[in-house]
Amino acid sequence: MKKFERLHTNLLGIEMNAPVLTASGTFGFGEEFADFVDLSLLGGVMVKGTTLKPRRGNEGVRITETAGGAGMLNCIGLENPGVDIFLSETLPRIEKHGMNVIVNISGSTVEEYGILAQKLDVPGVAALELNVSCPNVKEGGIVFGTDPAAAADVVKEAKAHTSKPVIIKLSPNVTDIVQMAKAVEAAGADAISLINTLMGMEIDIERRRPVLGNITGGLSGPCVKPVALRMVYQVSRAVNVPIIGMGGISCWQDAVQFFLAGADAIAVGTANFADPAVTMKICEGLDKYLESHGLKNIAELVDGLEE
Amino acid sequence: MTLHDRQKNLTEIVAGNTGLPAKVDVVAQVMSQTRLSADVCKLVLQAPSIALRSQPGQFVQVGLQQGGTLLRRPLGLAEVDNRQGNISLIYRIVGKGTDALSNLREGAVVKVLGPLGHGFSKETQKPLLVGGGMGLSPLLYCAKWLSAHNIKVDVLMGGRTAEELFWQRLFATCTDNIYLTTDDGSLGLKGFVTDLLPQILTKSDYDKVMVCGPEIMMKNVYKVCREKIVPCEVSLERRMGCGLGACLSCSIDTLSGRRKVCKDGPVFPAEEVFF
Repeated sequence: MKKFERLHTNLLGIEMNAPVLTASGTFGFGEEFADFVDLSLLGGVMVKGTTLKPRRGNEGVRITETAGGAGMLNCIGLENPGVDIFLSETLPRIEKHGMNVIVNISGSTVEEYGILAQKLDVPGVAALELNVSCPNVKEGGIVFGTDPAAAADVVKEAKAHTSKPVIIKLSPNVTDIVQMAKAVEAAGADAISLINTLMGMEIDIERRRPVLGNITGGLSGPCVKPVALRMVYQVSRAVNVPIIGMGGISCWQDAVQFFLAGADAIAVGTANFADPAVTMKICEGLDKYLESHGLKNIAELVDGLEE
Repeated sequence: MTLHDRQKNLTEIVAGNTGLPAKVDVVAQVMSQTRLSADVCKLVLQAPSIALRSQPGQFVQVGLQQGGTLLRRPLGLAEVDNRQGNISLIYRIVGKGTDALSNLREGAVVKVLGPLGHGFSKETQKPLLVGGGMGLSPLLYCAKWLSAHNIKVDVLMGGRTAEELFWQRLFATCTDNIYLTTDDGSLGLKGFVTDLLPQILTKSDYDKVMVCGPEIMMKNVYKVCREKIVPCEVSLERRMGCGLGACLSCSIDTLSGRRKVCKDGPVFPAEEVFF
């Protein structure tokens, strides 16, 4: 038994020291934060989005802060070395940290999700997270993320090619998040991550140009938390699969709200940039909250909203 | 430990739980804040554990406890005083983050993550530093470090006007020769640093040129160095999110593929990044 005994969780058959993960794209491959976080204390690290072929990402400005420091827009564009380099170089290198590695994958066709799932069906990978909602790539992503039938196809294809648990990360850029969640659950998704970023933009009024190189980007940070919380609340009442809640979580109090709304685990994203040790502080805060409320395990908090 | 706890405790708190991390996240107290020109400030922070680990050319990510910013701001280390445990940051007020930073007064606290990235290589016996504008900030630390190690340093600095070259007095105590150029001719040679550089490189046998400034200036300095066959190192600037190599905001093309300015740089051999 390690630290935070009250936080021990088994999710999808994965033993987690705490149901506190890090969101893909905000935590690299985990190793970048090893000076600040004991990576083995996390529930898992959802590593940088991986594609079949290497991607160089978008040109120009890729990150900008939004008004009042409420959020951040990014349009990195899935820059990554490709799945083969991930398997041959990255995965062997990060194994020593003793963390659950959850690989976030993006395909530009349904078939690519199957190929990626098969390639990643190896020891050292705890689970897959399907990225069907990256707002910053032109092909694929956004279509799979906004069409229930297409999202279901992606889940089926991935499930057919791996023995690992398959999590699907849904886009908030839809009219009916519950319809999307029901479709991917019916297709066999083992869990749902909620939410990816909200599509947005900023304009430089002196230059009269978009601030971001890709014109639009994904909005994250504290300003999106109420949207994410609402979607976790709605979806948890409509599906039975576990939910990993994410979107603007910056402190343990935010995390408690997500568990109460029905999340089985949470992931921290943009807040890692402001404070590289924020996940550890969230674990400590959650542990103290449980103790002070007389709860023995975090599972007792899940869906604990009084209505 | 929460941020709130940190605010109460003005002594440094080293984050993380490893034995001796290469970089730390600390709460640092403002020792002084002074104006060097109309829009340039010098902030001195008490941060002994960062000072202890720092190398010339490295930077820190500064986070405000209040003031409406989410992301930290990357700032080059301009001076490091290990005796006092202080670090100095010299920055131009360019947006809301640096504006908020400039309002901090003695006794206030900021979060400082660092030291980050790779600095200048120290394998030099006769270096020439070439800087333009705020690029002179990391070069100041470089000059002070070299000078403290008994290596004579010359510096070539360029600015738009004489007012911008307040740097001259900051470099005076740690350099041998200072060459100056201004766009308007109000101080030194009228023109760019690259107008003066060829004759400086011909006159003396420098074994390294270290450059920081606007990218076009660094490219042109590198061109001259290539002709004169003098090794050249450049310090790049990019928008950053995390400063740790995770967010990929600052990815660039190099001869050896994609690299991150925050982690693999900010200092690169010029031929690696200008090709």
